[in-house]
Amino acid sequence: MKYRDILEETSSALLANKVRSGLTMLGIIIGIGSVIAMLAIGQGAKQNIQGSIEGLGSNLLTIMPGVIQAGRGIVSSGRGSAETLKNEDLPVIEKVEGVAIVSPELSRRFQVVADTGNNTNTTIMGAEVKYAEVHNLILANGNFFSAEQVRGLGRQAILGATVASDLFGEIDPIGRKVRINGSVFRVIGVLQAKGGFGFSGPDDMVIIPLPTMQKVVSGLDNFSSVSVSVVDKEAMAQVQTQITDDLMIKHRVKEADFSIISQQDILDTMSTVINTFTMFLASIAGISLVVGGIGIMNMMLTTVTERTREIGLRKAIGAKRRDISLQFLIEAIALTFIGGAIGIFLGWLVSFLVTYFGVLQTSVSWYSILLAFGVSALIGIIFGYYPARRASAMNPIDALRYE
Amino acid sequence: MIEIKNITKTYRTGDVDFQALKNVGFTIKDGEFVAIMGPSGSGKSTLMHILGALDTATSGTYFLDGRDLSKLSDDELAEIRCDKIGFVFQSFNLLPRTTVLRNAMLPLVYAQVSHEERDKRAREALFSAGLDEGHFYHKSNQLSGGQIQRVAIARALVNNPSLILADEPTGNLDTKTGEIVLGTFQRLNEEQGKTIILITHEREVAEHADRIIFIRDGEVVEDHGQHAKRIINRK
Repeated sequence: MKYRDILEETSSALLANKVRSGLTMLGIIIGIGSVIAMLAIGQGAKQNIQGSIEGLGSNLLTIMPGVIQAGRGIVSSGRGSAETLKNEDLPVIEKVEGVAIVSPELSRRFQVVADTGNNTNTTIMGAEVKYAEVHNLILANGNFFSAEQVRGLGRQAILGATVASDLFGEIDPIGRKVRINGSVFRVIGVLQAKGGFGFSGPDDMVIIPLPTMQKVVSGLDNFSSVSVSVVDKEAMAQVQTQITDDLMIKHRVKEADFSIISQQDILDTMSTVINTFTMFLASIAGISLVVGGIGIMNMMLTTVTERTREIGLRKAIGAKRRDISLQFLIEAIALTFIGGAIGIFLGWLVSFLVTYFGVLQTSVSWYSILLAFGVSALIGIIFGYYPARRASAMNPIDALRYE
Repeated sequence: MIEIKNITKTYRTGDVDFQALKNVGFTIKDGEFVAIMGPSGSGKSTLMHILGALDTATSGTYFLDGRDLSKLSDDELAEIRCDKIGFVFQSFNLLPRTTVLRNAMLPLVYAQVSHEERDKRAREALFSAGLDEGHFYHKSNQLSGGQIQRVAIARALVNNPSLILADEPTGNLDTKTGEIVLGTFQRLNEEQGKTIILITHEREVAEHADRIIFIRDGEVVEDHGQHAKRIINRK
């Protein structure tokens, strides 16, 4: 039997029972469609979060006082009370090879009241001029404060995008006054929105000069974190170890009383979490594929029984086992393949709509399309094999007598 | 040329052996028109299955055109059926929702014949079986019983077989249509020299053949040659 003949037989058999073929295909369409959509949404979420983390600076090390231990989170005795990061640590860090910029920071949450009467509770970040460079901050409006303003305990503030709109709405905040913990600051700049990462991201903070933060606003002289940007991304692990060693010597401790987190660590953790989540969603969708496959098998068994006499006739006039089994196998594969193609389109449509309505920037990968095609063909073969074998094993005499 | 010798077929149901055929043997030459006749349960269907290479005998030999078919596998038998045997069934067994032309060319699909050749040979076979060209693109549910059986005859002819086996071909037809179909077999035998074996339990049907083999209880009880008609009439 030639392939052209098999395809002709297949199309006429599938078209003979349009409703049944359609309903059976629906199982595969939904299965493949949801796998594609889930993978696309997962991929989109991953790229989205990776983008925001990288936007914060991917060559960044953050040194924090206190100890973060795996599985136990931040040990509270370390962070809150210990004020282990101080001014004299900065030269030690700066001396480490591979360190580009060292930006000491002190942040606390305070109430901010604007001269419009609006107020908000947000993170007040005391920082130096290099803060903007280390964290890839871009000003939407106005200027960053200068080194002189930092040294002179200046009362200038730069607002994050969210804070600016909370306090001033449509009004241009440049030149307006805000009051933080009793001190009045003049707004000199507004940051461009970074998106993502709602909590403690740069959108929800007010940046003021570090000495002002230490001496005027909070009355503390330590740092809540020191951000270090590294010259070479590849050397981050090495720089991290070196800083740890040097700081331990400086602090004269055997066990580090500070922690260093690299942006890469966060990125890796988030990627792992999202991958796991995506795989979880995709495997739930995969279950519906198996259900769809069982539907195919059910239909093929019905078809084989219905067409027993036809099979008997075909065998009587010279069809071999292989001809019969191939005919029914191809029928099952055609069902899953067409179903798979429609399912891919459907999944793509779903992820397109998700992107279109701005929920999430999704991306359908070639990998997931190939996977879906492979899986649907495989389901056709697996679930079509048994019915096809049953058809080919029929005895022509019995099959012809079948009523 | 068909040569069967000492054919025995035993069916085993549970612990009981049932002998459907006992030591059957005869020879049918090319161009003969033979009727195998017997009451139901006589073993004529079993004999037809063996002659049609649908089944093999428990013992004995069956030579078709010099080849021994008694020890072949399923797929080898399928090849023999494909090349050498044409079937006409009582219940027609045409494919539904399929045109007359495609039904007639079905055996050629399995014989790996090219599409052009198939079309040509199916048309020839349909003409030989006495079907008008106007019906070639009709589906089988648009035809009368007699026309359907002529499509089935065309399907049996299309692979140019050594042997046409007709199993109660008039069983589902009225007498008049049955006569036309039997006339078609006679014409194919006389004009084209086709070897035809007709299996039936009806005397009137068997009379159309030149030779009648009577089967009863799995044995050949009578084998009448040229004067079959006269002998039957005398009984």
